Amino acid sequence: MIEACDVTVRAGERVLLDRVSFRAQTGEVTGIVGPNGSGKTTLLRALVRAAPLSAGRIALDGHDLRIRPRRWIARRVAEVGQRSQPDPSLRIVDEVSLGGLAEHGVLRSGGAGFDQRVADALDAVELSHRAFDRLSTLSGGELQRVALARALAQGASHVLLDEPTNHLDIRHRLEIMSLLRLIAPTVVIVLHDLELAAQVCDHVVVLQRGRVAGSGSPAELFQPHLLDRVYDVATHVHPSPDGRTRLSFSLPSPNTPSSPTTKDHP
Amino acid sequence: MTAPALHEVVASIRRGRRRGALLTVGLAAAAAIAALVAVCIGPVPIAPGTVVGIIAEGLFSTGRGDWSDSAQQIVWATRLPRVAMALVAGAVLAVSGAMLQALVRNSLADPYLLGLNSGASTGVALVVLVFGGGSALLFSGAALAGAIGAVVLVLMLAGAANRRGPLRLVLAGLAVGYALNAATSFLVFSSDSPEAARSVLFWLLGSLASVQPIALAAAAITAAIGLGILILIAPMVDALAAGDDSARSAGIDPERTRILLMVGVSAMVGVTVAAVGGVGFIGLVVPHLARRIAGGRHRAVLPVSALLGAILLVAADTVARTAFAPQEIPVGVITGIIGAPFLLVLLRTPSSSISTS
Repeated sequence: MIEACDVTVRAGERVLLDRVSFRAQTGEVTGIVGPNGSGKTTLLRALVRAAPLSAGRIALDGHDLRIRPRRWIARRVAEVGQRSQPDPSLRIVDEVSLGGLAEHGVLRSGGAGFDQRVADALDAVELSHRAFDRLSTLSGGELQRVALARALAQGASHVLLDEPTNHLDIRHRLEIMSLLRLIAPTVVIVLHDLELAAQVCDHVVVLQRGRVAGSGSPAELFQPHLLDRVYDVATHVHPSPDGRTRLSFSLPSPNTPSSPTTKDHP
Repeated sequence: MTAPALHEVVASIRRGRRRGALLTVGLAAAAAIAALVAVCIGPVPIAPGTVVGIIAEGLFSTGRGDWSDSAQQIVWATRLPRVAMALVAGAVLAVSGAMLQALVRNSLADPYLLGLNSGASTGVALVVLVFGGGSALLFSGAALAGAIGAVVLVLMLAGAANRRGPLRLVLAGLAVGYALNAATSFLVFSSDSPEAARSVLFWLLGSLASVQPIALAAAAITAAIGLGILILIAPMVDALAAGDDSARSAGIDPERTRILLMVGVSAMVGVTVAAVGGVGFIGLVVPHLARRIAGGRHRAVLPVSALLGAILLVAADTVARTAFAPQEIPVGVITGIIGAPFLLVLLRTPSSSISTS
């Protein structure tokens, strides 16, 4: 379980996060959503102590993060960032093997047990047949799956993901989402796609300009009164026969009613 | 394609590690042979058997063979220190290049990234052209002082770089490098002693012609300690190269570790530059070759880089001192002639480790 309590992060004069509090429960997928620049990535970084807190407190299973060594944190939290440019000469298996560093350290290798875990992780993201390919030969989606496999091999109890479906096609997006609950008991995921968030998250935190605008289940939160204000759009909620929430959005111009852009995902 | 069975993947992981170790052993043997051949070659050729005998006699007092005193003198006083320095400098430059390329995650980084070479050059130019110094030891001292000064300046200018990733550090290194190069050029052009200006230019291009025992010892000890530590913590370098999220997930503070390693590597390069001058291209080209044959894991890439760099610099220096004998060419000219086309070939091959994305 991750608990953030009045977390404030500043960059110079600018306040990136303003007294943000939320709780990511064990056994749940907690989504962080919000417009661009609302502080989603900063919040995720704060959770692994990559962004220093000006005030507030973050606790991992009840332990204050500030006083814990980095390796202690790394044994419990896996991070899957937005993939930028990985070292092009590393091979898939090399990157996935990095998942063991926090546990067995730099000086020792993980032994046969860990090699097995690496192989299992590669199998889970369906990259076994390319285990020895260089990262430079992979597509964006494949790189994302490599990062997930690294998190899997890490075997941490918490995993934080920053837009893991960014570069993925529909099929791989669904696959990644189906893996979410296997990776770790506690999952915190930053998502742009609200419908995807509605599908996979048990709990959602909506950020707006560094503050929590709402926190609760997707069904409670994804309503026009909140989303209209946070995203500055007109939100239309369509009940669908399969019980899922369908959302569509349009620009909020009362004079020229525009046709809503429907975002339908299977 | 059907996915291979898990145990096959596990076995392949093991095989990959063994291959890295075998490669290192093979290259170490090649480096020893290259060094031996280099000691044999010169104005007075000496047979390999004699060279081995002379070295064994000197090290373990195995008894004197039928070689002349002059041969013994040539091996111990002239060629061996020079070849040893080439081995050490080649290894340090190649490993530093590999490290900096991984740390700033840019395949065009080289050991002189933090303005080191420019600082050393300015130091030498200042001592020789302004104060009229001339001894090789003075050259080394001035170069070391200049290199340290440049790195300190770069770190100060970069200031809050530890919060902003490596880019700001690289830019500060570029700025300091350009400014110091301008200062060196100004000193060279305003000098009224063409001879002194020529000796500075010669030094700028790198030369192993006058190896000081103390500089060799300093470089060898620094290299041994530095390379040992780097190879031990190589998985950390992998994590940093893979990305900040990977590094943090491995329990490493990416910003702080990156700066720390950069400073350490720069110190290692500084001592080497002080001894041999600014030998170019080895630090840029060799790591790419090493990644090509050893894969991406730095536990394999670093030793393979070190050995390839050592072999290359020994070979280049042998050419530099024999091709136009008795006239010597700066070894940097040779490494440039080999390195530039080599880099172009690497760029053209599709599976290049030089990322173009």
